[in-house]
Amino acid sequence: MSFPWAEQYTPKHPVMQWVDEKLPLPRLVYNAVGAGYPVPRNLNYFWNFGVLAGLALVIQIVTGVIMAMHYGANDLVAFGTVEQTMRDVNAGWLMRYAHANGASFFFIVVYLHIFRGLYFGSYKAPREMVWLLGLVIFLLMMATAFMGYVLPWGQMSYWGAKVITGLFGAIPVVGEPIQTWLLGGFAPGNASLNRFFSLHFLLPFVIAGVIILHIWALHIPGSSNPTGVEVKGPQDTVPFHPYYTAKDGFGAGIFLIAFSILLFFAPNFLGHPDNYIEANPLSTPAHIVPEWYFWPFYAILRAFTVDFFFVPAKLLGVLAMFASILLLFFLPWLDTSPVRSGKYRPTFNKFFWILVIDVLILGWLGGAPAEEPYVMMSQVAAAYYFAHFLIILPLISRFEKPLPLPGSITEAVLAKYGKTDGETVAVPAE
Amino acid sequence: MASVEQIDGTGPSGEDGVRRRDFINIAAVSFAGVGAVAVVLPLVDQMNPSADVLALASAEVDLSAIQPGQAIKTTFRSQPLFVRQLTPKEIAEADKVDPSTLRDPQTLEERTVDGKKQWLVTMGVCTHLGCVPLGAGEGENRGEFGGYFCPCHGSSYDTAARIRKGPAPKNLEVPKYSFTSDTAILVG
Repeated sequence: MSFPWAEQYTPKHPVMQWVDEKLPLPRLVYNAVGAGYPVPRNLNYFWNFGVLAGLALVIQIVTGVIMAMHYGANDLVAFGTVEQTMRDVNAGWLMRYAHANGASFFFIVVYLHIFRGLYFGSYKAPREMVWLLGLVIFLLMMATAFMGYVLPWGQMSYWGAKVITGLFGAIPVVGEPIQTWLLGGFAPGNASLNRFFSLHFLLPFVIAGVIILHIWALHIPGSSNPTGVEVKGPQDTVPFHPYYTAKDGFGAGIFLIAFSILLFFAPNFLGHPDNYIEANPLSTPAHIVPEWYFWPFYAILRAFTVDFFFVPAKLLGVLAMFASILLLFFLPWLDTSPVRSGKYRPTFNKFFWILVIDVLILGWLGGAPAEEPYVMMSQVAAAYYFAHFLIILPLISRFEKPLPLPGSITEAVLAKYGKTDGETVAVPAE
Repeated sequence: MASVEQIDGTGPSGEDGVRRRDFINIAAVSFAGVGAVAVVLPLVDQMNPSADVLALASAEVDLSAIQPGQAIKTTFRSQPLFVRQLTPKEIAEADKVDPSTLRDPQTLEERTVDGKKQWLVTMGVCTHLGCVPLGAGEGENRGEFGGYFCPCHGSSYDTAARIRKGPAPKNLEVPKYSFTSDTAILVG
C-alpha cells in the first residue's frame, strides 16, 4: 500500500501506544494523509482539487444537517420553512446561502479535478479503479444535487423535478410506471418531496463512503504526477505531511476566499429568481433550466429533435445524455497510449483543449433557450463530444508520436530549475 | 477419514458426486433468497402512489357553466386539465384539416366522445417538455391555429388540440373519461 521507504508510525506516548495496539486508527490516518504516505515531489496546484472536493463535501454536510433542523419536508410548508430559515432563524441565511453556493463550488472543484485527470492521464493503468470510483461519486453528486434543488419547492424546483423525472417517462413501455414510482404520484407532490429529502440526506454519506474507497484505490499505486512517470525511488517523493498538507492548506485558503466572495457579495448569482416563487402545478416558468452544473448534459439532452427510425427524439436525447457520462467509464480502455501526461503528447494536448472548449460551449447552450441557432449548435457540439472519445482519442493513441519522457520525476524537477544530478540523468528514459 | 466425511455429510453420496451438503447449501441459500425477495417487494412498492394519492386519481367536472368558445382549467391527478366547448366554427376548422398531413394524425371524432363532438377534454401538459399551454383562460393567446399555445418553446395546437407547429411531438393527451350526465364528466 505504500513505498518501502515510507516513514513508520512509532507512537511515543504510552497512551498512543496503548491505542495503537487496540485500534490502530491513528496509524491508518498517519499512513493515509500523514508523513507515512510518500507523494511525488512535483505535484502542481491542479493536485489540490481532490482535497478541496473533500472540503466542499464537509461544508455541504455541516450546513445541510443544520438546515434540516429548520426544514419541513411537506409540500404545504416546505417553501415557507425555507423562507423562515432565511429570515427568522439565527444565521439561517448564512447556512442556506453557504449550502446553495457550496453545491456550486463542489461542482467547480470536481470539474477541475476531472479535467486534471483527463489532461494528465490519471485514469490510465494502474489507476483505472480510482477513475471509475470517481465517476461513481460524480453520479451520486448529480443525484444528490438534483434532489436538493427540489427541496425549497419553488417554481424551478417543481418544474425541474417534472422535466427530469419526465426523462424516465421517455423509456418505452416501462417509462411511465417508473416515473410514477419515482414520484409516488402522477406529478411531483408531497410524496416526491419527502423521499427526495430522505435520499438527499442519505446520499452525501454514501458519497463519503465511496470517497474512502477512491482514496484507498489511489493509495495502492500512489498518486500520479504531472510528468506521468512512475516513482522510481525515495528521491522522487516527499511525505504527504507536512509538504502537501501545507500546499493543500494554502489551496484551501484560496478556495475559501473565492467561496466567501460569492457567498457574501453575490449569493444569488448562480441561482434562478423563479425559485423564489412557490411551486405552482398550473403555471410553468417561461424558461425551465436546471442548475448551471447540469447545463452541458441538458444541452446534449435537447440536441435531439428528429426521430431516428422508430426511436423517438425524446428517448434519443435521454439515451445520449446518460451515454455522455457512462462513456467516461470506458475511457481507460479507449485511450491506449502508454504515455500518461498530456505534456508529452503534442496531438492529444491540442484535442484536449478543443474538448474543454466544446464542453464550455455545451454548458452555455444548455442554459440558452431551446430555439435556433442554439439547437443546431448543441447538435454540433454534442456530436463532437462523442467523436472526441469514440473516434479522435483512439486514433491519437494509435498514431501520435509522443515527446521524449524525462528519465524520472527528480530529473524533470531538476531540469526545470536548471540543475543536473548525474545519477538520475543517467537513468534511461523508458 | 472416510468415516468422518460420511458422518458430517461431506463425503460423496451416490454415483453423480452430489453431496448431501451441496443440497443443504442450495436449499438454504434459495430459501434465504426467496425470503430476501419477499422483503424487498414491499420496500420497492412503498414508493408507488399511496391510497390517498390514488383516491384523487379520478375527477368529476361540471360542464354546465362552460359556454361555447369557453374553456376551463381544472386539475386531474394534480396536473392541469383543459375542458373546452368548441363553437361550430371551431369544429369546422378542425374537420377541414386532412389528418394525414399532421404530425400526430387524429381526427376530432377520435379525440372526442361520440355525439359530443363539441366537448374537447385534454390534459394541459405540453407534450414537449411538460409546460402548461395558454388558451384555456379568458383572453389568453391561443396561437395561430386557435387552440392552445405553449409559451415555453412555441408549440401551437389547433382547435382539436392537435400539434400543428413547434417542437412538441404529440397532440395534447386526451385522458380516459365518460359522461355521467349531459353536463358532467368523470375523468380517470
